[in-house]
Amino acid sequence: MLSSIVKEKIISVVTSENFDDSKVERLSYSYDSTPNFQSLPDAVVSPRNCQEVSEIVKICNEYKIPIVPRGSGTNLCGGTCPTEGGVVILFKHLNNILEIDEDNLTVTVQPGVITLDMTNAVEAKGLFFPPDPGSMKISTIGGNINENSGGLRGLKYGVTRDYVIGLEVVVPNGDIIRTGGKLAKDVAGYDLTRLMVGSEGTLGIITEATLKLIPMPETKKTMLALYQDLEAAAKSVSKIIANKIIPTTLEFLDQPTLKVVEAFAQIGLPTDVQAVLLIEQDGPPEVVNRDLERIAEICKQEKAVSVQVAATEVEAEALRTARRTALSALARLKPTTILEDATVPRSELAKMVNAINEIAQKYQLDICTFGHAGDGNLHPTCPTDSRNHEEMERVEMAFAEIFEKAIEFGGTITGEHGVGVMKAPYLELKLGKEGIAVMKAIKQALDPNNIMNPGKVFAKDNRKRVVVGK
Amino acid sequence: MTTVKEREILQEKFKEQMNEDELLNCMRCGFCLPSCPTYIESGYKESHSPRGRIALMKAVVDGLIEPDEDFERSLELCLGCRACEPVCPSGVKYGHLLEDARDVINQNKKFSMPARIVRKTVFEGLFPHPNRMKNLTGLIGFYQRSGIQTIARKIGFLGLLPENLVTMEKVLPKVPTMKEMKNRPEYLPSIGTKKHRVAFFSGCLMDTMFMKTNDATCKLLQITGCDIVIPPNQTCCGALHGHSGEKQSAKDLAKRNIQAFDELNVDFIITNAGGCGAFLIDYDHLLKDEPEWSARAKLFVEKIKDISEILVSVGFHQKVKLELPKQIITYQDSCHLRNVMKTASAPRTLLKSIKGVEYVEMKDADRCCGSAGIYNIIESEMSMKLLDNKMIQAKNTQAATIVTANPGCLLQMMVGIEREGLSVKMRGIHIVDLLLEAIND
Repeated sequence: MLSSIVKEKIISVVTSENFDDSKVERLSYSYDSTPNFQSLPDAVVSPRNCQEVSEIVKICNEYKIPIVPRGSGTNLCGGTCPTEGGVVILFKHLNNILEIDEDNLTVTVQPGVITLDMTNAVEAKGLFFPPDPGSMKISTIGGNINENSGGLRGLKYGVTRDYVIGLEVVVPNGDIIRTGGKLAKDVAGYDLTRLMVGSEGTLGIITEATLKLIPMPETKKTMLALYQDLEAAAKSVSKIIANKIIPTTLEFLDQPTLKVVEAFAQIGLPTDVQAVLLIEQDGPPEVVNRDLERIAEICKQEKAVSVQVAATEVEAEALRTARRTALSALARLKPTTILEDATVPRSELAKMVNAINEIAQKYQLDICTFGHAGDGNLHPTCPTDSRNHEEMERVEMAFAEIFEKAIEFGGTITGEHGVGVMKAPYLELKLGKEGIAVMKAIKQALDPNNIMNPGKVFAKDNRKRVVVGK
Repeated sequence: MTTVKEREILQEKFKEQMNEDELLNCMRCGFCLPSCPTYIESGYKESHSPRGRIALMKAVVDGLIEPDEDFERSLELCLGCRACEPVCPSGVKYGHLLEDARDVINQNKKFSMPARIVRKTVFEGLFPHPNRMKNLTGLIGFYQRSGIQTIARKIGFLGLLPENLVTMEKVLPKVPTMKEMKNRPEYLPSIGTKKHRVAFFSGCLMDTMFMKTNDATCKLLQITGCDIVIPPNQTCCGALHGHSGEKQSAKDLAKRNIQAFDELNVDFIITNAGGCGAFLIDYDHLLKDEPEWSARAKLFVEKIKDISEILVSVGFHQKVKLELPKQIITYQDSCHLRNVMKTASAPRTLLKSIKGVEYVEMKDADRCCGSAGIYNIIESEMSMKLLDNKMIQAKNTQAATIVTANPGCLLQMMVGIEREGLSVKMRGIHIVDLLLEAIND
């Protein structure tokens, strides 16, 4: 619990209306979308402006109280679970789109803006913000920046990082800094903007962001390629890229995933095939048509049993929306759904798909695979039951092996979900001791009291633990 | 205030009675959040969202928190609109969890004397008894016709009531007389070629206060070629009980209805109130632990169909000429019709087929209007917030007519129109009444 003096100080900043430490409110912010992580914060605070954020940070820094900034709690790495208690900061008052600058093609937002709301607002002006994480309907921009979220369009357009060009950040001593700006070029000093993006709330609190926009593509078309062979689908992906075609979207769904997604969405997805590639291209009509024809040809060469183009935009949108529900829909199968996002170079995709299947067999687990195949970013997902401890141990071992395989193929332990608390024990696998030391030095310099989202990114020990939770 | 002992007992009951698998089925992805009216209206409070409420229920079961007043408050403020269910990729049956949790709370709660009397009167004394419902409606009729209404309004007696009840008093439809309510048909033959033999679930509020709408429903069914059986021994659907934590009474009513509709040899059981239909269609879940009833419940459930669905399926809108004076109309979904019975396009198809009118879809038509059974009386503050937002959207459509498909929603729309001072240029109406008007004109 917070001492009464800290509580009084925080209330004097935000007023009692924006401070809550009742059991029910604390419980309500004790979790995010990551299975098996839950821990109660000591209080929940909703500052009304950047100045108030700064004052809260100063108080917490003085009294060494952990701070966990939280958007909508949709992350998948335990990033906003207050594992060490402290104060959860909400951004419900900081939720405005401040400016859409049509001359500079930028949008400036507060962190609490819902991703989709911003996407819709800029699209209404003929502009385009490509990052589209699966949870964009509810996730916040602040959360996306902190997690460096990806999405379905990452293949062609990159991820959140590629669109953040300026930030206002409250750093752990309470100072307010501004990085970058509405600038296409800016090499003044270290790239602090990029340092903050994906820092998972461990280096500061983002209170405003300026994002780069691009012109809306003229047209887009969506296509489904069906396969009776997983490896053939994966090979098609590598071959499309090797043929120097970069589609907007190149998504992979295996049969178990197709079945649950269809059970929810009921849009007529094929459930009698082993795998499906959802392919999308945007741009000028002639380019889109030419690319889709070439892609269809490649898919057929790689033993696709059928290739279909969505007849209307409504149908295409239904397919994309259905794909975004894949993870949650898999939760229909078993009480607990453990998901990972191991990522490999795109040329290694077929090898990785095979490796996942072998590992699943070895540990006698059902592992469903879907993901952003075009990015080499797969989401092997294991439907299980956290009450079955013996099975959970096997899940733990299987995922450890999947991570090792990914690294062996030149990949990474997480492509877009972040490290958080869930993958912290594996970070060293990717970065090595020396890499971790550099990151720790940065953290130590900025946050000597370790108040900003403690327990995340850096593992307390190297005991490997993804899913066998507390 | 509850005592420590009481909370401990409550916690035990939660452990025993909540469906742990269903609680675990929620993987906390948060896809439900944008669909939840109380989450949005409360300023994005997780404790007033479906994900939050499920987490709270689970925390009580797990012993992480006690079922204190804040916990109860979170569940009370839920409308039970179930908008979170169709958007849940994991298929969590939130409505069932909510009913179970409310049942545990209410069965272990000491209500204050006045609350106890009101609950007993409403749940046991009134709704399960068709004749008493008629008598009550008769009293309202007497109030409206005898001149007492005029006097009560003049002397300001109504000032003693909460504001939304005063508005409701103003907008209540002219109710039928006792005599009219007592002479209800039990069988109506089809007009023209017979296509279906159906039973009609008449409902308690619909067969009294909204009797005219029931008559219109039957008329439309007759025109479409349905022979209609209206079993007189049917009773209240039990929705009000189920939603308020009176599960046992709801089960008793369900059994009486299943009996009443058994062996009628009908193709469908037709309802014209989304709230009732959604509860009827869940009877198999309600009676899942009673083996001697579950098979019968399943047969009953398979036959439940909303009036709009049957009208569309027999092609009513293509065969019958529908026309109304030039105007804009819009439609407010009944949450339970949409989210539980999955009927959303049929009413729109019917409305769009009326000549002379322009159908304009209202923004957020699928969001709860705040009526939610008796929610607008007991949670009037939240209810009126939702209604005010609803009326902004309704006004934006420029509609002269707001169509609904459930008595509660209809009354709420009428209250909304009255509150906005729009009664000269806007009206609320049940879809079947509008369709009948469109034929007669």
